[in-house]
Amino acid sequence: MADPATPPPSTTASGPATAAPQVVPPAATGATTQAAVVRKTAPKSDYLPADVSPQRRVQRSYSVRLWSVRHSRLLEWVYARFADAFLGLHPLWKGLGYGRVEGPVKFVERRVKGLMFDCRMCGQCVLSSTGMSCPMNCPKQLRNGPCGGVRANGNCEVEPDMPCVWVKAWEGSRNMVRGDAILKVQNPVDQSLRETSAWLRVTAQAAAAREKARSGEAA
Amino acid sequence: MSPHPHLDENPEGPDLPLEPLPGHSSRGRLERILRRGEFAVTAELNPPDSADPQDVYDRARVFDGWVDGINAVDASGANCHMSSVGICALLTRMGHAPILQIACRDRNRIAIQGDVLGAAAMGVQNILCLTGDGVQAGDQPGAKPVFDLDSSSLLETIRTMRDKGAFLSGRRLTTPPRVFLGAAVNPFAPPFDFRPLHLGKKIAAGAQFVQTQYCFDVPMFRAFMQRVRDLGLADKVFILCGVGPLASARTAKWIRSNVPGVHIPDAVIARLEGARDQKAEGKRLCIDIINEVKEIPGVAGVHVMAYRQEEYVAEIVDESGVLKGRRPWRHEFRSDDARVAERLEHLREGVTEAQAEMVRSAH
Repeated sequence: MADPATPPPSTTASGPATAAPQVVPPAATGATTQAAVVRKTAPKSDYLPADVSPQRRVQRSYSVRLWSVRHSRLLEWVYARFADAFLGLHPLWKGLGYGRVEGPVKFVERRVKGLMFDCRMCGQCVLSSTGMSCPMNCPKQLRNGPCGGVRANGNCEVEPDMPCVWVKAWEGSRNMVRGDAILKVQNPVDQSLRETSAWLRVTAQAAAAREKARSGEAA
Repeated sequence: MSPHPHLDENPEGPDLPLEPLPGHSSRGRLERILRRGEFAVTAELNPPDSADPQDVYDRARVFDGWVDGINAVDASGANCHMSSVGICALLTRMGHAPILQIACRDRNRIAIQGDVLGAAAMGVQNILCLTGDGVQAGDQPGAKPVFDLDSSSLLETIRTMRDKGAFLSGRRLTTPPRVFLGAAVNPFAPPFDFRPLHLGKKIAAGAQFVQTQYCFDVPMFRAFMQRVRDLGLADKVFILCGVGPLASARTAKWIRSNVPGVHIPDAVIARLEGARDQKAEGKRLCIDIINEVKEIPGVAGVHVMAYRQEEYVAEIVDESGVLKGRRPWRHEFRSDDARVAERLEHLREGVTEAQAEMVRSAH
């Protein structure tokens, strides 16, 4: 009989991938979580990355994002004017070809929305329905409201130092004229639209709707 | 052995779905009890870390005759356990009424829609749609968080499958899953003003019943329910208040600082600390909370989450008297089982009938 403490021999032809002994965390007991045990038994190293989620590591501060939420009413007004202007330019986009302008428009859109909202370029912007707080910054990417894990101080369950995106969304929506759009149930994210321009899509859809309304009137 | 089968049991066999009733979306026991206006009790099964079906049966047995539904958790706290679909398949075999929990953390829309069909085919009548804890909370922090859907879009997806008979893509189903849809709400976490409206959003997405996070702060829950009634939501959904016993003041403090979304007021911890037998006091506290919340208008039942104290669920339900003498379904030997046992009696006595012997005695 093999010693129960030694792991069973590998069943792959070439044997275990590493020669290093495998650390099998013991089972959690009583008041510790299995996660705490896993962390404690992880191999020690001089390089300890910040204890935040990978999503949080790509951006360092969210002060601009919080400013945008505080000024959601102003941004709502600005965006309405901007969307009208973009729609006015529809003949230009169509003349040049939406496909051809996508590159430059996306370049600007990514920088502007990235600075103001920490935009993740999901390609189907719902900022107007979420109080100008981008839901893709939620570690769970929730698009329909907060999860049940929001901390008592209003911070995120996953990122203890980040204010919950949805707590901010609710605050932002209360300042907006059409803030009750937050009550609409959103469809799941269409992952195939990632890294596309939401501005152009909304403009093309609005133009199509306008055409349809006009042809309806004429008939 | 009871001469008549339970009111909420298919006479053909406890593992079979009940007769469909008008206005009911599932053929399960939980929906019948809630729609009849009875005070429902559900409990949470601690999922085993094992491949032995007996572990599931043993853990379900402690609830037998005391609960109307058993929640099969989906890797709660992002810790690996037996899958909720697997647990539900075992429980439906024995006639229990499981509530399949689906968390969006681990599977994308392709896997989830497949699981819904599979579970419904195995007799699952209730599905609870959850977002799920983040992977950082569990024993596999290196896992890829999926979160393809969220709880509301999951509700809408399953409702589309049930009512429109189609996948999210629009492709038709030959037999839609007849399920009773549930969601979770946490009235005890910010943003408090939004929480009742968020419940409304979940109802709009398809929630027919909701189970709340642990309630230790009854005034806060009462205020939430007041808002829910003012919004006219209490008539559109069955609300089951989450309750549970705290093992000790130390556990309570630990939960408060480590389990996201659980709110335990200082008064509760002070009460536990002041008690001589903290475990008994925790149980007493749970019963007191049940007795307070059952009086709140709009509360349709309680969801007892007694993690690692499952054996107390029966006592808590019994002592709180919420069932008012009603006996929920329990696994019992049926009359035909008894007949089979009788017929097999001679086998146990060691009398074997060999064909050659029978032929000889016939002549």
